[in-house]
Amino acid sequence: MLAIQVLINALVLGCLYACIAIGFSLVWGVLNVINLIHGSFIVLGAYLAWGAYNSLGLSPWYALLIAAPAFFVFGYLLQRLLLNRVITAPVLVTLTLTFGLDLILNNAMIYYFKADYRKLILNPPTGSISIFDVVVPVDRLIATASALALTFLLYLLLRRSKVGRAIVAVRLDRDAAVLMGVDVKSIYAIAFGLGAALAGCAGVLMALIFPISPLTSSAYLGKAFVVCVLGGLGSVSGALAGGILLALVEGVGSVYLGPAHAVTLSFVLLIIFLVVRPQGLLGRKGFE
Amino acid sequence: MTRTNIALLVLITCVAALPLFGDAYALRLGTMACMYAIFALSWNIVGGFAGYPSFATAAFFGLGAYTTGILMNKGVPLTLSLLGSLVLCLLLAAALGAVLLRLRGHYFAIASLSLVEVFRELVNNATDLTGGGMGLNIPLVSGSSVLSDATFFFYAMWGLLLITALVVIAVSMSKLGFGLNCIRQNETASNMVGLNSTLYKAIAFGLSACFVGAAGGLYAAWVHYIDPSDVFDILYSVKPIVMALMGGLGSPLGVVCGAFVYLGLEEVVWRNYIQIHSGVLGVLIILLLLFLPHGLVSLHAGKIWRGLTGRKAKHV
Repeated sequence: MLAIQVLINALVLGCLYACIAIGFSLVWGVLNVINLIHGSFIVLGAYLAWGAYNSLGLSPWYALLIAAPAFFVFGYLLQRLLLNRVITAPVLVTLTLTFGLDLILNNAMIYYFKADYRKLILNPPTGSISIFDVVVPVDRLIATASALALTFLLYLLLRRSKVGRAIVAVRLDRDAAVLMGVDVKSIYAIAFGLGAALAGCAGVLMALIFPISPLTSSAYLGKAFVVCVLGGLGSVSGALAGGILLALVEGVGSVYLGPAHAVTLSFVLLIIFLVVRPQGLLGRKGFE
Repeated sequence: MTRTNIALLVLITCVAALPLFGDAYALRLGTMACMYAIFALSWNIVGGFAGYPSFATAAFFGLGAYTTGILMNKGVPLTLSLLGSLVLCLLLAAALGAVLLRLRGHYFAIASLSLVEVFRELVNNATDLTGGGMGLNIPLVSGSSVLSDATFFFYAMWGLLLITALVVIAVSMSKLGFGLNCIRQNETASNMVGLNSTLYKAIAFGLSACFVGAAGGLYAAWVHYIDPSDVFDILYSVKPIVMALMGGLGSPLGVVCGAFVYLGLEEVVWRNYIQIHSGVLGVLIILLLLFLPHGLVSLHAGKIWRGLTGRKAKHV
């Protein structure tokens, strides 16, 4: 029964991990930028949910509707005004630039919200359901369902809409996309905006489950790294596979080695994957 | 030896005169300056010469600090402990480098970044040996007076900086430096002409880690208390990159100047804006990348000189 519980937990947590990583993966895949500000976006989204619930009484579902457009605009402007200027520079420059942005946003959050841990507590509490001996908290289940829905929405957007096809085209071959009349700079900005919006929504969902503090941003970023590398870059299904694999490894590791070693295990796995299979579980070779 | 390398040695020699007219505060700053210069020079071997964006500085800084700390707690003298840190970091980094430096670009950056996380978590969980999250106390070395203690650690760090600079200059003039340059420009082509790039990159990664490790050991002995979140701080990985970008990638003189300028800025920001210092650092990084992407070295020396002398002439 323990094994099934671990498995269910991993599935539930894995979808959330996928949701954390998917915006990061999109930006990395399309823009070739490692977006270090992603973790802080997630935390900011969580604060948005917390603030909306505690001061306005808005439930997190409405917070999702606020977060998505707000973060999209924020990300779009950031890319348009700052990142597009250095987008052709080497890895080092773009990486360091997003690190600088992360320092600013994180410091601003520590300044305004303080480093205290907060928790969004739904009133009345949603409780938990148990089937046989497997127990799943309802709020976690709802968050997972929303995460899956968001992931599916992104999938649809990339598959069906014109903008989505353009994003995929830029990702596959930037030069060919330019020749086909795609405005690469604005696609970059839209992709970064989408990444930010997904991070913000992921933050709202995280607020339901985990404590909120500016200091947690690097943990989220670390998860995004690992999920992207495990699952393969830029594809929606890759992020899902990576998220569930990471959650499984962490879950099994926590049970058999103790929770203290779960993080070490996930990063060791990351390094092994990087060396042995850098294209990830579902990635194609030469596509990284 | 080129002119800039001589200038670098002259600059470092000038720093040695600091205790003649400085108080304990100046000595503390001087020690930090030497430590930052060691970081920047070391990072430059991998990041500047070979062109690999390494974020592993903090990993080896922390590893060196903990090695020295643990050895000193076991009664090993400081010099031997530092040597232990240096050798351990050299060997471990060379071994890791042979594997990790096969990755390129973003993948290498992420792998080196996760080295920091792995090392920190390992130290955090090995509570018996390292004290885990409670940190590690390190016995006092000389313990005579505050000022003589400060002077001792200043000269120790300065000596380490001098050794690092000499090694980096030697590397830049040797076949190794030439090979690393080739790897940066076109790794496939340098493999084709028979350069053992794996060996070169492993040596470079080892060299870039060992002095950082020794500096970590000295830092531990200097501050007497270390904990994982302090010495495995990811900022230690990013700062050398900012310094190198500030001073000019690839040039040893440039990165050392960058380190000194960076320390000055950091000190001013810390002093005046303690609550928002990391935000101000972020703004600095962004301004630097947008407006001075090739570092201080890229400012036209002649133009500045003319500007200075022109102003002087007006005063006279």
